Amino acid sequence: MANFTPVASLIGGLLIGIASVWLLAANGRIAGISGILHGLFAQPPGDRAWRGAFIAGLIAAGFAWHLFAGPAPVRENFGLGWAAAAGLLVGFGTRVGGGCTSGHGVCGLGRFSLRSLVAVAVFMAAGIVAAVVTRHVLGVAS
Amino acid sequence: MTSAFGAGFLFGIGLWLSGMANPRKVLDFLDVAGDWDPSLLLVMGGAVAVTAMFFRPLLQRKEITFDKTAVDAPLVAGAALFGLGWGLGGYCPGPALTALSNLSSEALVFVAAMIAGGILGRISLRPAGSLAQR
Repeated sequence: MANFTPVASLIGGLLIGIASVWLLAANGRIAGISGILHGLFAQPPGDRAWRGAFIAGLIAAGFAWHLFAGPAPVRENFGLGWAAAAGLLVGFGTRVGGGCTSGHGVCGLGRFSLRSLVAVAVFMAAGIVAAVVTRHVLGVAS
Repeated sequence: MTSAFGAGFLFGIGLWLSGMANPRKVLDFLDVAGDWDPSLLLVMGGAVAVTAMFFRPLLQRKEITFDKTAVDAPLVAGAALFGLGWGLGGYCPGPALTALSNLSSEALVFVAAMIAGGILGRISLRPAGSLAQR
């Protein structure tokens, strides 16, 4: 547990929760990021303005963060083929499963949804299996 | 519009501060067979502590309801596939999007594939015969 960062992680988590409450209070929307993203590519296209604004804010936060914290570390041994495979699984799975770590996790658990609790248990278990196999069997993405 | 941008910005800062935007830290949490880093439990715990306090009264006041309540096969299968991709790459959707600011090919490729995966997911969910009806 050499890299344990309890204070920063707890404060960061609180900010994520506050941001989710803010979006619900001000826009009447659930801060499920996969749903916000997939909605941009829905047919027929819907309410793109608030979705685009939220995602723009998310990306702008990264640039602002780098300004004072420096650039993020780059991974050496994670090939682009793996990145594409992981992205496809995440995009497909969140669309079919109706949510991700934010929609089912932060927001769904916050409203005590059984669907979300099941989804969180399943994606956590699958994530643990995939991470252990990826690192200790495939030897990538360390 | 402004509030959506602000909420996204605050959400993104939370991801960076918490360590969620760093795929290596995410994998250090999911990889229970390695040098385990439990930090992400505190991220989820902190976030859910806030939403658990405010979500139900807000949803009630705004009369927002959810049409899907049953635990069904797409939910479980989708969550499983998402989890596999998360544990493979260390990115879930929010961190992947805010990591576009790294201007790394890794993040760009991941996000492009994630969007493509979402479109494939939508097509696979379309009820049989709905193409012909259009």
